[in-house]
Amino acid sequence: MLSGALRRSSAAHSALVQIAFVLCLGVLVYEAAAIALAHMRAHHIPTDFGFWNQRAGFDIDQHLIAYSFTSTYGRAFFVGLLNTLVVAAVGVVFASLLGFAIGTARLSQNVVVAKFAGFYVEALRNVPLLLQILFWYNGVLKALPAPRASLAFPGHIFLNDRGLFVPAPTLSPPGFSLPVFHGFNFTGGMKLSPEFVALTLSLILYTAAFIAEIVRAGIAGVPKGQSEAAAALDLSVAQTRKFVVVPQALRLIVPPLTSQYLNLFKNSSLAVFIGYPDLVQVFAGTVLNQTGAAVPVIAVTMAVYLFVSLLGSLAMNLFNRRIAGAAH
Amino acid sequence: MKIALLRLVFLLSLGAAALVSAGAASAGTLDQVKQRGYLNCGANPGLAGFGLPDSNGNWTGLDVDFCRAVAAAIFDDPNKVKFIPLTAKDRFTALQSGEVDLLAHNTTWTVSREAGQGLLFTGVNYYDGQGFMIHNKLNISSALELSGASICVQQGTTSELNLADFFHSHQMQYESVAFATSDEALKAYDSGRCDAFTTDSSALYIERLKLANPSQNVILPEIISKEPFSPAVRQGDDQWFNIVKWVNFAMLNAEEAGITSKNVDDKMNSDDPTARRLLGVEGDFGQSLGLTKDWAYRLIKEVGNYGESFERNLGADSKLGIKRGINALWTHGGIQYAPPIR
Repeated sequence: MLSGALRRSSAAHSALVQIAFVLCLGVLVYEAAAIALAHMRAHHIPTDFGFWNQRAGFDIDQHLIAYSFTSTYGRAFFVGLLNTLVVAAVGVVFASLLGFAIGTARLSQNVVVAKFAGFYVEALRNVPLLLQILFWYNGVLKALPAPRASLAFPGHIFLNDRGLFVPAPTLSPPGFSLPVFHGFNFTGGMKLSPEFVALTLSLILYTAAFIAEIVRAGIAGVPKGQSEAAAALDLSVAQTRKFVVVPQALRLIVPPLTSQYLNLFKNSSLAVFIGYPDLVQVFAGTVLNQTGAAVPVIAVTMAVYLFVSLLGSLAMNLFNRRIAGAAH
Repeated sequence: MKIALLRLVFLLSLGAAALVSAGAASAGTLDQVKQRGYLNCGANPGLAGFGLPDSNGNWTGLDVDFCRAVAAAIFDDPNKVKFIPLTAKDRFTALQSGEVDLLAHNTTWTVSREAGQGLLFTGVNYYDGQGFMIHNKLNISSALELSGASICVQQGTTSELNLADFFHSHQMQYESVAFATSDEALKAYDSGRCDAFTTDSSALYIERLKLANPSQNVILPEIISKEPFSPAVRQGDDQWFNIVKWVNFAMLNAEEAGITSKNVDDKMNSDDPTARRLLGVEGDFGQSLGLTKDWAYRLIKEVGNYGESFERNLGADSKLGIKRGINALWTHGGIQYAPPIR
């Protein structure tokens, strides 16, 4: 009985110490924040979001929602966010397709195909992503001809050092808007800027190398006996792959795939090095500089990356639970 | 044991809180600089004539000289400066956060930067304006013919804002391609990504020398903005603001009084009351600023007057060959004019 009381009191002590520690930490953080805020106010450094509805005054060339220099800083935030998301979305889709293709190619019976896929993986994942982005932007896309000497492809598609110009569907009147050369460059149609192409392409090629390895490991992780058993049951090769190997491999592939998708999303912030107007370039760059609101701007930018990453992680976990359930 | 641990945690947090509060009640900038032993100066690492380190890490430029002059006034040694390279985009955050004591980064003085970002500009050391550079082969002679063009620009600058104002007020279309650094923007222009490159016109002449074929590029005649460059300090330290401001005025007044780094020793014996006040032979203006009597003598002797610094970095004695123009003293038809030392 005595020992029970002792244990209880020691447990209570331990809880007390922990509570006291958390309280001290809380007070410390609060004090530090209060001092920082007081300092910033004393030096007239913006600490709030008063700038949000002020006029931005600068232009952003690629905007998926209506934007002009008379729009607000808040609007510029959403323009940058959408530009980041579009790179991430296009990147994830094509990196997955390419990654799955290369990953299965590495397991191919054909030695040439397997070697080539192996070479791709080793070359792409061992060169820093930033160098790859700069290579595509400065090395490849800049070597394209000037607008007046554009490469013309069938179907009113034009390529020059200002980007790729393709026909764009229009609603009223229904039909297509075609790119036409006018003055300095093409007008009409849809433009993919060299910055967008270089960034998205490098993210796809780089991330695909990692996805390929994940896919290869996933498929190799399914015991050989499984396909042998399927063959014994007289399933065709295609059927074996579809009903036996892939469902089991997916369970091994999806969790690490999630990290690669999140990496791609976060790596898109390297846009700042080639002038693609993503969230970091527009909001944590120009808006921060024009307003001086460093703390609010960086806090929001970080929160956005955190929020979108958590959302992506959640979606992938749900997907994983579904396929894991389906395989049983 | 537990009590001891509790006490420890409590003391630790008290200590940390005291530390933070001590940081809050900080000493003045001048005292901090003196205690540190050198000046932290935020400079442009990539604009010849204003701020540029060579391969040995020796910085030169008009803004660099200004930082050296402040160091000379404080320490009697123009080399007690640590130059901290900053991009246009990061420069204000570095000053606000205390990473630099002084920002001398060909920065345009505007109301939003002064009233909205907690800065104080100390006095114009170069009057500039924004222009455009284009590839010769475009065959145009005015910025008003640029409708539809792609323009490379450095982000976070007044150039980016003036560009939008100029094109919209003339109802012209354009594509703005904004880069974090001037070098990236220039490189993109040089490789043909843009039809034009825009920045302050002094920088256009300087940057043109970096291009693959400088003669294949022409600077258009239009000046679309006022760009008064000024060093800047943080708000809240009037003494420091005064020191930096009067270093600029001392350099201008020295030129006006004909005092150079070469003849400053002779001028100590001069009868000219202006020179005697400036050099500290008469009056104690240095002490009232928080410096020594010979503060201006030191900076003139060790760095030179405004004209010497201009010619050495931007003018006839440099490879840039920029004319004084409106940056000449008011006595020579320019608009550089410093309040008197008296």
